[in-house]
Amino acid sequence: MIHLPECGVETFSSWGRDPLESGWAIENFWAHWGLFGVGILVFVLTIVMGFIWFERRFIAPMQLRIGPNRTGPFGLLQPVADAVKVMLKEDIVPAAADKVVHFLAPILIFVPVVLMFAVIPVQKGVGLIPDLNVGVLFLVAVGSIETIAVFMAGWGSNNKYSVLAAMRSVAQMVSYEMPMAFAVLAVILVSGSLSVQQIVVEQSIPFALLLPLSFIFYFICALAELQRTPFDLLEAESEIIAGYHTEYSGMKFAMFYLAEYGGAIAQSAIITTLFLSGWKGPFLWPGLWFIIKVFAVFGVIVWMRAAWPRVRIDQLMGFAWKYMLPLSLINLFVVAIETIFWDPVQWWLVPVNIAIAVGLLSGWAGMFKLRGGAQVESQG
Amino acid sequence: MNPKARTPDTDEKTEGGISIPGIGLLQGLRVVFKNATRKRITEQYPEERLTVSRRTRAQELVWDPGRCTGCATCAKACPQGNIKITTSVNTQNNKYIVEKFESDEGRCIFCGLCVEACPYEALFFGRSYERSKYRRAELIADMNEMSSDKKERSAYYRPELYDQLPEQTLLVYRKHKKVL
Repeated sequence: MIHLPECGVETFSSWGRDPLESGWAIENFWAHWGLFGVGILVFVLTIVMGFIWFERRFIAPMQLRIGPNRTGPFGLLQPVADAVKVMLKEDIVPAAADKVVHFLAPILIFVPVVLMFAVIPVQKGVGLIPDLNVGVLFLVAVGSIETIAVFMAGWGSNNKYSVLAAMRSVAQMVSYEMPMAFAVLAVILVSGSLSVQQIVVEQSIPFALLLPLSFIFYFICALAELQRTPFDLLEAESEIIAGYHTEYSGMKFAMFYLAEYGGAIAQSAIITTLFLSGWKGPFLWPGLWFIIKVFAVFGVIVWMRAAWPRVRIDQLMGFAWKYMLPLSLINLFVVAIETIFWDPVQWWLVPVNIAIAVGLLSGWAGMFKLRGGAQVESQG
Repeated sequence: MNPKARTPDTDEKTEGGISIPGIGLLQGLRVVFKNATRKRITEQYPEERLTVSRRTRAQELVWDPGRCTGCATCAKACPQGNIKITTSVNTQNNKYIVEKFESDEGRCIFCGLCVEACPYEALFFGRSYERSKYRRAELIADMNEMSSDKKERSAYYRPELYDQLPEQTLLVYRKHKKVL
């Protein structure tokens, strides 16, 4: 006989605020766990398919194409067809691969992506532990597990180019975690809470307007963490073959693909909750607003993919360490001062902060002139 | 040295000489967005077929047995040695009878030398482009197939056919068929 702990409210309380106060929550601990555990998995897998379809259909008109339109109405079943195809493919493991590491990497890269959704509130009180009192810390911590999975994939493949790509990938992810954390710190300073749900509740003005520099930096860092354009130089489709997961095929490769798009959902959802006031919005059901915002953020990411070239590896690292890190520190300092003197958020801080952001961005950019060959020639 | 050499810095400068960082990125986004409102050029192939060029070198040869004298110039011109022609002599009117004339479309490189070489204009390119087969042996076109009436003749090296053929559909002028 399995002994189930008779704990409803107590267990929740130990995680943060009482969920029953915050509205929609299930009293039974295990029912809550089961419902939202399965719910998150279903949500992630469904939205991943939605995202893949959305990206392909959305990027097509920008390239004067139509996109997938054969399978189902508007090609909606294309991700399903892709999933079936990839599951039926042969799983090839290189003979000299480190079998255990090679096997574990695709699992380890997908797990943190799913874990991140545990603290993201779709609506007030709707989520696995939306009011976790260290929610933002959890997000940052879990998000950085992906780095080791990437390196495991490169190492386990026993392919020197995979290892090189994995090392560069790790360097990129570690570098961009720093300004990302500072951007999140500014949000925490203003909202006064580490709980993701509480941050949304505090956002009377969306933090994208109130903290424009943090928003821009978080967005850029999210792109870098996701390794999407303009930071996708390590898996550049047109030049090199996917970098660290070159040696993967079949369902293992699909796990990387799944993790990539799952990460895109997670980062879009985090941007939505931290900067775009989460589920808040007029007229529509709050959960619907959340999903609309997530898709809007991803739409901007896809739009950037259609428009922009990718950076070089030295530009990538230089941008993180020389440009974003000092600027995010200055930004944090400014936000801290603002928080000390005008604690309840003042609306007039919005134009002030936008002006500060524009000034800082363009001022700091002035220190980075391109020193190309042409200029040296003209001086000589 | 050219003093007016284009420096990387001038790329980012606007006309007033003020450098706005990141303006190029925003311009890129705008261009892409404008593209999204344009007409899409993808051809919806099975539903929508474009008319090929009038002078197309399409994937078949058309043979006119009435004009062919069996001189085998085409077979000599073929760089692949792909045209097989066997003739016998008709002693009554002192002419060749073509007994066998076939070409393997799987080996043909569609260079058009046979069409250009034919002194009696008996060999043409066809206009068909859906020539996939399930067996390699099916690719070998024999006399009956090559002289079939169903085959359309291309105006490649046969300018007298040019005016009879339909105009090629260019993607820019095509009426877009909406299959979304």
